[in-house]
Amino acid sequence: MEFTEQLIQQLINGISLGSIYALIALGYTMVYGIIKLINFAHGDIYMVGAYIGFFAISIAHVSVVPALIISMIVTGFLGVLVERLAYKPLRQAPRISVLITAIGVSFFLEYTSMYFVSPQPRTFPAVMESTAYHLGVFVINGQQLLIFAITVILMVLLTYIVQCTKVGKAMRAVSFDTETAQLMGIDANRIISVTFGIGSALAAAGGVLVGVYYNSIDPLMGIMPGLKAFVAAVLGGIGSLPGAMTGGIILGVVEALVSGFISSTFRDAAAFAILILVLLFKPSGLFGKNTREKV
Amino acid sequence: MNMLRRQDLKVIAASIAGFAILNGLIESGVIGAFWQFNLIMVGINIILSVSLNLINGYTGQFSLGHAGFMAIGAYVSAILTTNFQLPFLLALVVGGIGAAILGCLIGLPTLRLSGDYLAIATLGLGEIIRITIMNIQYVGGAAGFMGIPHNTTFAWVFFVMLFTLFFIKNFVNSSHGRACIAIRENEIAAEAMGINTTKYKVMAFTIGAGFAGVAGGLFAHCFYIINPTSFTFMASFNYLIMVVMGGLGSITGSIAGAVVLTGISAALADWPEFRMIIYSLLLILLMFYRPQGLFGNVELLDAKWVKRLKGGKK
Amino acid sequence: MELLRAQGVSKLFGGLKAVADFDIYINKGELIGLIGPNGAGKTTAFNLLTGVYQATTGAIDFDGKSLLGLKPYQITQRGIARTFQNIRLFAELSVLDNVKIAYHSHVKYGVLESVFRLGRYFGEEAEIEKQAIELLKIFKLDEKKNEIAKNLPYGAQRRLEIARALAAKPKLLLLDEPAAGMNPQETKELMAMITWIRQEFGLTVLLIEHDMSLVMGICERIYVLEYGTIIAKGTPTEIKNDPDVIRAYLGGEAIS
Repeated sequence: MEFTEQLIQQLINGISLGSIYALIALGYTMVYGIIKLINFAHGDIYMVGAYIGFFAISIAHVSVVPALIISMIVTGFLGVLVERLAYKPLRQAPRISVLITAIGVSFFLEYTSMYFVSPQPRTFPAVMESTAYHLGVFVINGQQLLIFAITVILMVLLTYIVQCTKVGKAMRAVSFDTETAQLMGIDANRIISVTFGIGSALAAAGGVLVGVYYNSIDPLMGIMPGLKAFVAAVLGGIGSLPGAMTGGIILGVVEALVSGFISSTFRDAAAFAILILVLLFKPSGLFGKNTREKV
Repeated sequence: MNMLRRQDLKVIAASIAGFAILNGLIESGVIGAFWQFNLIMVGINIILSVSLNLINGYTGQFSLGHAGFMAIGAYVSAILTTNFQLPFLLALVVGGIGAAILGCLIGLPTLRLSGDYLAIATLGLGEIIRITIMNIQYVGGAAGFMGIPHNTTFAWVFFVMLFTLFFIKNFVNSSHGRACIAIRENEIAAEAMGINTTKYKVMAFTIGAGFAGVAGGLFAHCFYIINPTSFTFMASFNYLIMVVMGGLGSITGSIAGAVVLTGISAALADWPEFRMIIYSLLLILLMFYRPQGLFGNVELLDAKWVKRLKGGKK
Repeated sequence: MELLRAQGVSKLFGGLKAVADFDIYINKGELIGLIGPNGAGKTTAFNLLTGVYQATTGAIDFDGKSLLGLKPYQITQRGIARTFQNIRLFAELSVLDNVKIAYHSHVKYGVLESVFRLGRYFGEEAEIEKQAIELLKIFKLDEKKNEIAKNLPYGAQRRLEIARALAAKPKLLLLDEPAAGMNPQETKELMAMITWIRQEFGLTVLLIEHDMSLVMGICERIYVLEYGTIIAKGTPTEIKNDPDVIRAYLGGEAIS
């Protein structure tokens, strides 16, 4: 294939990949924005979402979209449960304690899953025919279109919720200043739960889509994508929703380009290199704001 | 010129006695291969947790990339003994220096960051180190580096560990150590009191990284082969948990954390699935009920209840 | 003999002019006050003098040498020490450790000497301990030397901040609202203490305060800041009667 053709092909791949990162990154950025926690367990929530989708399809025999919805709802509740049990009691604790608890939750989700569903990778049942659409020399397959479509729908939905509904306004208020929001009559605990719920649902969507696209899921599948999605959130500006969406897509594209043009073994390093560059040169990210400590 | 106070001499004497006993038990075969291996691991983990404590606990810098420094030390020392037949001690030292240099280089730009951002940056850097090693064919890439001589014995680990403990303890109890602690407590005030905070943050990082490198060297020479999967951020988390469980800012705490965690890991080795589940639950419970860890920021020999015991005896 | 001179100093944060045309001078041994309504830029001025902020324009000279571009720790090493408006003690450390830390820039032994306990280590450590305890005695904190700083009563914490700043052996001491939160009795004792240490340690003092009894009571000269610029300067009597000062504080009513 010629260079520009390769380039555009990788771009297409990158956007699919980036959409997944964006879905996961949204959860990270919303949670960090509201309680300043890096939820290390978020990648594992994504993994659980993938498995729930798997069981919905293989046992309940539903098709992709119902499976997606079921997974999003169940995983959303799981996210809320995790928050209530593990993070809420530590609201006043030093940050490192909550971070370590998040690591603990992450291990717990991974190894409990491993115990119940076995560490072996499972093959996602084929729910879509692999139709490849040819646009000239470019190949987009049906699954990539699905990922893109679902992601766009979810992002539009999320933006609508955050910008145009009362709940969304409350979410924004609590992330600005929790105490004042409470003084204004907002139940911060409920809003935090809602945030976790939405973030987890989005990650679950990502998990199901990955299962459909890559066909293979395993209990440790959340670790790397989780970390990379966090990099995407930082790139976009942690706490910023458009930032997470943009950061995810950019990261996916960069990774696809590195993989296609340089070497696939360096694809993981690309994410971390971006992270270091962002933190050194613009730690607030593309859309973030700088805060100074008052002396 | 007394390097050591009377209390230090007592501690050293007790340690050497402990060593003699344990070594005797090992040599005579009472302690079998499994526990012998675990004793060595405890020693190595103590070096790792105490060196990480210097960075995270005493200087308050949140580093999540300790395994990266360990990896540098492991690979450098392994190459030196295997390919260049250098003596073990020299290889360990050079490995440590290599890791320290990297710690310094990494520390300089990243220590402008703080809190969560520093944590993520160090995690990313640790991963970059690991991925880079994975792509270098000379050191075996992803398959690993083979042929490492089995130089690490309990004696080696014990005495290197003792040196590490004394080095860090003495550092912490000096004006330089106090400067690091001041940075942890209130960086702006520390700077206002004339402390070059950048210099000390980088210094803590460098020393911590150096000892991690030495531990890496000891680790590498336990095995015939090492590969990058031993040095992921999961490993870094492991050492972080040892430090936090023991107590940030307490050397005795780091020792205790390393012992307890290595012990739990060994004891549960027969139930691999449950091991991690129990481990993760323990972690969560610890953060709920005793977030300051076993020792907080107090040293065993300075703890009030120990002093009362000693006082009572008189 | 002039010790400190700031000339034409200004500090801009984006479009916001926090401080402009800041011109002050302080002679060796003087006790100068910096007053003004809240938000006038007094702490910003301190931050400029101590290197926490870099001046956008202007010159700051101390002991004949420029302070521009220096980092805070370097300025402290040149001989300026400060306290903070919101107490910045090393909260989890003992009273004694708080003071010992401030001696750091005068310590000569290196890292290797501290690790291997060679050479100057024991001698200097003993000296630091001795000087720290003597300093605590002056501030009546020696009985509490092993207490954790955050557990001290508020007035004692403020005294500790001053003691700690003195341990850095400064020529110029900057005090940021040292009497904040103190009752009249404590304030009187503080006034006596400031004048005493100025004498005893040969210090020059610049202080920010809202408590007028303190400012008028011990300051030899006063600068008044409003919205980032100096609107008046002079002796306490001159300032008391300055119409601009009266307007700035009271909005047009005369002080009787």
